[in-house]
Amino acid sequence: MPEIRNYTINFGPQHPAAHGVLRLVLEMDGEVIERADPHVGLLHRGTEKLAEDKPYNHSVPYMDRLDYVSMMCNEHGYVSAIEKLLGVEPPERALYIRTLFDEVTRILNHLMWLGAHGLDIGAMTMFLYCFREREDLMDAYEAVSGARLHSAYYRVGGVYRDLPDAMPRFERKHLKDPSEAKALNRNREGSLIDFLDDFADRFPGLVDEYETLLTDNRIWKQRTVGIGVVAPERALQLGFSGPMLRGSGFEWDLRKKQPYAAYDRVDFDVPVGVNGDSYDRYLVRVEEMRQSARIMKQCCQWLRDNPGPVMVDDHKIAPPPRGEMKADMEALIHHFKLFTEGYCTPVGEVYSAVEAPKGEFGIYIVSDGSNKPYRLKIRAPGFPHLAAMDEMAKGHMLADVVAIIGTMDIVFGEIDR
Amino acid sequence: MKAFIDYFRSLFLLELFRGLGVTGRYLFGKKFTLEYPEERAPQSPRFRGLHAQRRYDNGEERCIACKLCEAVCPAQAITIEAEPRADGSRRTTRYDIDLFKCIFCGYCQESCPVDAIVETRIYEYCFLEKGQNVITKDKLLEIGDKHEPQIAADIAAQAKYR
Repeated sequence: MPEIRNYTINFGPQHPAAHGVLRLVLEMDGEVIERADPHVGLLHRGTEKLAEDKPYNHSVPYMDRLDYVSMMCNEHGYVSAIEKLLGVEPPERALYIRTLFDEVTRILNHLMWLGAHGLDIGAMTMFLYCFREREDLMDAYEAVSGARLHSAYYRVGGVYRDLPDAMPRFERKHLKDPSEAKALNRNREGSLIDFLDDFADRFPGLVDEYETLLTDNRIWKQRTVGIGVVAPERALQLGFSGPMLRGSGFEWDLRKKQPYAAYDRVDFDVPVGVNGDSYDRYLVRVEEMRQSARIMKQCCQWLRDNPGPVMVDDHKIAPPPRGEMKADMEALIHHFKLFTEGYCTPVGEVYSAVEAPKGEFGIYIVSDGSNKPYRLKIRAPGFPHLAAMDEMAKGHMLADVVAIIGTMDIVFGEIDR
Repeated sequence: MKAFIDYFRSLFLLELFRGLGVTGRYLFGKKFTLEYPEERAPQSPRFRGLHAQRRYDNGEERCIACKLCEAVCPAQAITIEAEPRADGSRRTTRYDIDLFKCIFCGYCQESCPVDAIVETRIYEYCFLEKGQNVITKDKLLEIGDKHEPQIAADIAAQAKYR
């Protein structure tokens, strides 16, 4: 009698549901997964090594390109590590701006996740609705930093520039029907803060719409309930963080447990799942979006009431204001020193982590006292999640692999770095 | 009783029809889409697009070859060579930006002490032949001359934040 052998298939790296360049080698028994073996490294760009031969500030734009759907959170992890090393405390307004934009980033990331996850398992409309809201937030990114994705906005000692007083508007000459301009510019009449405030007001209603489409939907439930179950103890052992850990019912959020920026001064709740399956992780992320809108609202209020500097007044770390640089010799010297050589950090090592939308994003820096990190290690939240692929997928059907990749919120920029 | 209601809810596909209600509302509602390129989305004065080099009002190029942008460029996309001109002033003889290397972080604009190199609002450009990804000094000045009113307005609008 011929021996029945398992069948091995390649999933990706060009599979549209592989979220980038994931190559999975799947050992199948019929349509059931026996073993899932993720192969990583197809998007490796050597960010850690690149950072080792650049002055500290030059690596900020490279941090955007790690997890390229939660840009400012990566920058936050990086600059907060250097600030810890230098012992610098940014002005309070900068902390609130960071909190505000971390939450904007969280919503951006979760919308991308919800849209792509929905699309993967058959809810096409979600993708379109999520991208509609992302458009508004990316406009906010552009207004503040000049780029819709790779912002390079956070700097050591604060943020690059203060929030703009005016939001860019639709121009009549650029519309087919110029009379629409007024309606389109409805929420753009005021400053960026007004725009984000209005967004935070509108957003919970829009999340309600997403939930109407998905939460009770029987197809959505059939695809997610009971898929990729992880027990809370096991989630801890596997090194999970963020919504993956909270979805398993373990209450852990760095914003609460070790508050950074202004998180200890804003009010928000941490949603926690019960069953640890894909459906619970979906519920956790949706609730996180609502909480993010709540935090945004509080930050907008504070920022409106409290004008002030957004950068430390130490010209060894932060460049002097432009006007001063043009008029004052010493400021000009600081400007040149800072943009060529950068600054030197004390000898030592430091680890600093932020709660990125995907989990704990940490930066570990070893400094030898020069103007470059001696060693930089990036703790990407997605890596331990992907490493649990085999455990989560075992025993499920082939089609569930797509749902599991989706629920892990995989982005290869950070995993392969 | 609850099980009874749930059964009928499920039988009559209530949650699916509610979802269809949402999509149906958008189907007959106002369209969100902009018809690019006829229509365009708003653009921030801080936008970081294609580079340009600027001149002073008297036509003299601003760049003094201090090479700060070359030093600050994280991707090392800028190459500068400089020597004194016939009138004794120091100017660049070569100023190349490799757009394949450039990551559009805006550090060059940020570091330039004379506002010579700027990143403009232009985001529509293409290369038709090999080598066109390197934009030379002449090309940069040409872009600057063409878009100077917009560039000057954007810099003026941002002056108070920098």
